[in-house]
Amino acid sequence: MTRNEFVGFGEVVSGASDFVAKCLGRGAPMSARSIRGKVAIAGIGESTYYKHGQSPDAELVLLLQAILRAAEDAGIEPHEIDGFASYSNDRNDPSRIAAALGIPDLRFSNMHWGGGGGGVAAAVANGAAAVAEGYADCVVVFRALAQGQFRRFGQGAPDPTVSGDAAYMSPYGVMSPSQKYAMRATRFMHDYGVHRDVLKAIAMTSYQHAQNNPRAVMHGRPLDAETYDDSRWIVEPVNRLFDCCQENDGAAALILVSAERAKDLKQKPVYLLGAAQGSDHRCGAPVMNASNFRSSSFATVAPRLYQTAGVTAADIDVLQSYENFTTGVMMAVVEHGFCAPEECNEFFTLENLAAPDGKMPLNTSGGNLAECYMHGLGLQLEAVRQLRGQSCNQVEGAKLAMNIAGPMVTPVSSLIMGSEETL
Amino acid sequence: MSETYLPAGMPAPVPSADGLDVPYWEGTRRGELWVQQCGSCGNWQWGPEWLCHKCTSFEIKWVQVEGSGVIYSWERPWHPVHPALKGRGAYTVVLVELPQAGNIRMIGNLLGPDDQEVVIGGEVEAVFEAHDDADTPYTLVQWRPKT
Ligand SMILES: [Zn+2]
Repeated sequence: MTRNEFVGFGEVVSGASDFVAKCLGRGAPMSARSIRGKVAIAGIGESTYYKHGQSPDAELVLLLQAILRAAEDAGIEPHEIDGFASYSNDRNDPSRIAAALGIPDLRFSNMHWGGGGGGVAAAVANGAAAVAEGYADCVVVFRALAQGQFRRFGQGAPDPTVSGDAAYMSPYGVMSPSQKYAMRATRFMHDYGVHRDVLKAIAMTSYQHAQNNPRAVMHGRPLDAETYDDSRWIVEPVNRLFDCCQENDGAAALILVSAERAKDLKQKPVYLLGAAQGSDHRCGAPVMNASNFRSSSFATVAPRLYQTAGVTAADIDVLQSYENFTTGVMMAVVEHGFCAPEECNEFFTLENLAAPDGKMPLNTSGGNLAECYMHGLGLQLEAVRQLRGQSCNQVEGAKLAMNIAGPMVTPVSSLIMGSEETL
Repeated sequence: MSETYLPAGMPAPVPSADGLDVPYWEGTRRGELWVQQCGSCGNWQWGPEWLCHKCTSFEIKWVQVEGSGVIYSWERPWHPVHPALKGRGAYTVVLVELPQAGNIRMIGNLLGPDDQEVVIGGEVEAVFEAHDDADTPYTLVQWRPKT
């Protein structure tokens, strides 16, 4: 691809039919080098989820609890774990965890670059690549966050002076993720005539699903339309309070083994069918100068995902899409080809998004908004539950699940999991 | 000290330690807007970079441009995330495109009433807001609707 074609990619987004066709990847041959079917998720585990600052346990303790539960879920001994993969500069490094768990042979340690939750699917993919290539046999993908014990994401940095990219934003009051990403969504919604009801539907879907999920921090705290409409602005004209993710304390982990190994373990194996990461032309350009700005950063990633997995958006049974903000869900789902940008008002309704009978059940655990802000790893665990048939909001006969990681940052990532019959 | 759009105590910008954007910040002190253009292929780019992203030449020039632009997007934060903003109330931020410089984008506050209507595509002009009392004095580039 030449540079000029790259620059023109932003225009592809405005041509809805071209865009959807590209995302659906119709006719695209699956790469012979695909990860498809080689690696399985054999175990999942999480700590109790808390509101930020309410965990009685240290962050590392929460993480160790999650890892031990994932091992128990899989039916493996903790000492069999020989690799770790994480993202977003997780504070708990693999050597520390391996020492705590008494792991005799640490064979793989991997940190995926990039802030926010954009790397959660990439971390799963990186761990899976290690298993597929034999660098390790049993890799834990993890994330632990005790925002009450460390600096919260939603607050500006306390530094008296700023330089680099921040020098062009912080002095004007653009500091938090909500403030940094609202600009993208404002322009997207303006250009495509998207109504705020789209965002309300995404928020209400997560809260509705959380009411059936005893793990959810918002379990027993339903959200009705009036409460949403009356909630205060965080950043006008896109983010009201309920459009923004929570800040939580907790930890989650999943365990990757080879497809062969998974068959002998306790749970029904869930296979990784494909994964992709990255971002398009100059997505990280300073001072909001990304070429394709009104975007969630998936314009080139989503087509590659479908190509490696060998499936299309129409094949997906259940969708988990990371909510940093409801606007990010909207743009990411569009960029993965589930609807054209101009179709958002019709596609994003509570009826379409709610399990079990919605057209495209979304964030069936309650997600980052209403289950727990576990930086998206909770949504990966939920996709596994759906394909095992263990979800609190089970989609009948779900065989293919998609996970979209944190949108609007760079790099972003997404993946597709499948049950055995999809191989 | 003249009045500023946001309260005192906001983070103060300082040029990068490696010197990359010194010409921009020096220009703002003189009430001038300086941006980068490639000396080899003419490509405009912002924020500051060491090389041209189009032709990968290191021959980057600093060029003074007219302080005018078009609103590309906007937002109005209500929730204060910095101590200096507590009690300020909602403020307006605009992302401005500069058609005279290859549609590069800059961020600033939109001066005027806090509840003013913001129009995507609306024309704006630069206002140089001096912070002379800061430890290291600096000037912010702000925007107001073109009359
Ligand atoms: Zn050049």
